[in-house]
Amino acid sequence: MSEVLIVLIKIICALVWLLALTLYLTWVERKESAVIQDRIGANRADILGIRIIGLFQPIADAIKFVFKEDFTPRFSKKYLHTLAPFISFFFVAVTISAIPFGDVLRIGGREIKLLILDFNVGLLFVLAMLSLGIYGIILGGWASNNRYTLLGGMRGAAQLVSYEVALGLSLVGLIMVYPSLNLSSIVHAQGELLFGWLPKWGVFLQPLGCLIFFFAALAETKRVPFDLPEGENEIVGFFTEYSGLKWGLFMMTDFMEVLIISTLLITLFFGGWQVPWMSADGFHFPWGAQVLLPHGIVVLFQVLAFNLKVFFFCWLQILIRWTYPRFRYDQVMDLGWKLLIPLSLANIIGTGIIMSI
Amino acid sequence: MIKALGYFIEIIRGSIITTRHFVVNMFFHILKVLRIKTKKKGAVTIQYPEQKREIASRHRSLHRLMTREDGKPRCVACMLCATVCPSECIYIEAGEDPDPEIQKYPAKFIIDLSRCCFCGFCVEACPEDAIRMDTENIEFAEYSRQELIYDLDKLLG
Ligand code: SF4
Ligand code: SF4
Repeated sequence: MSEVLIVLIKIICALVWLLALTLYLTWVERKESAVIQDRIGANRADILGIRIIGLFQPIADAIKFVFKEDFTPRFSKKYLHTLAPFISFFFVAVTISAIPFGDVLRIGGREIKLLILDFNVGLLFVLAMLSLGIYGIILGGWASNNRYTLLGGMRGAAQLVSYEVALGLSLVGLIMVYPSLNLSSIVHAQGELLFGWLPKWGVFLQPLGCLIFFFAALAETKRVPFDLPEGENEIVGFFTEYSGLKWGLFMMTDFMEVLIISTLLITLFFGGWQVPWMSADGFHFPWGAQVLLPHGIVVLFQVLAFNLKVFFFCWLQILIRWTYPRFRYDQVMDLGWKLLIPLSLANIIGTGIIMSI
Repeated sequence: MIKALGYFIEIIRGSIITTRHFVVNMFFHILKVLRIKTKKKGAVTIQYPEQKREIASRHRSLHRLMTREDGKPRCVACMLCATVCPSECIYIEAGEDPDPEIQKYPAKFIIDLSRCCFCGFCVEACPEDAIRMDTENIEFAEYSRQELIYDLDKLLG
């Protein structure tokens, strides 16, 4: 009974974390883009005259979405049209279940792992769920029964399928280095030290793999340098025929993908919840100094480190989104098929050679 | 290959520019939160309804009709403004003035501001300097089009 309760609490915590951060990522995006462009950004939403630099903006947006008319065009396929946003939302949201937020937490003789699903194929599960998200886009584009949404859906499918290959291949080298598909044991392996001082993070062992993964993952999020499925100045995109809360779901999915990509990137390449030189009982610095910490503080540090890393990569992705113009379609395909995939294959071969020496 | 490398360098340079803007602006924003006064600001935004931009001296804003010393409109209903108006939004009905010096006066003078494009041609066409666009009033939005039809009283205002 208490096992079920613990799992339930974990699920609720992870969902709240994910949804709250997604909601506020919209605010961060608006503010960060404003700061980059010498503006101020959304700062007017207030409750009883209290503004706090526009922190209520996401709430106002959410309320607006709820009360907007949910319009389903007469010519659309109603059932699929309604299903599509939920599919794309669900398959992105469910990936959070395999991401470790921290190591084990010991309360009252019980060991609680700070992740929802600890299974041996965690990495495959995450990749599979991310690729299933394509169905949301294709369905949305197809069921709207509009030429432009169909074009957007097809573009999205083509782009995601091509980058899926690079995404998967870039991780093969990583799986060879940490021989495991279990996300929590990958993170554990990253806690060790290389040459006695460098944390054994994926980015140091697999720099090329990390770069390829990041590019491919950026393409997976369908945001600006790779926003061909949306392409608002040419085809308006696969969610043209959506409005109200259903469109809001598509938008939430976009931001959630940014978050998920960040968590995946840090879990695989930047040590997940690992704080450099910190093990289960405190800091052990390479120059010999030691700071021992109680268990609770250590877990807190781990969760904090996880969050900080996630925030950094969200920031980076938003920066990229507000720096670059959109690629042309053939450039996207060239980058995917002619550069990233050969590079990731070379990475696998190189890793194999180095490991066998 | 070398060309592609060149693009890559440009891509990095682009992100350095945006990062620089972010860091510099963030620095000034944080100074502002800490209530440290600086000459430079983190944003160039003018917070419109509270802060207003200075209106240039050559601006064009809401029309007004000029008056003579006795308070009557200076307009002689020559219709030049109504003729030159590209939006055809000026409607004038002339009336006869007993003063032989004046002869005509506008019995009705209506500008439909919902159609006016603020080109200022009416001001330039007027031989009597009877119409001007220098009220500095640029905030006269209304909820209905009816309220944007300004008649003689409102224009003499
Ligand atoms: S400003 Fe231009 S459009 Fe407006 S009333 Fe005068 S002539 Fe017509
Ligand atoms: S051009 Fe001047 S004088 Fe002639 S009708 Fe217009 S406002 Fe009156």
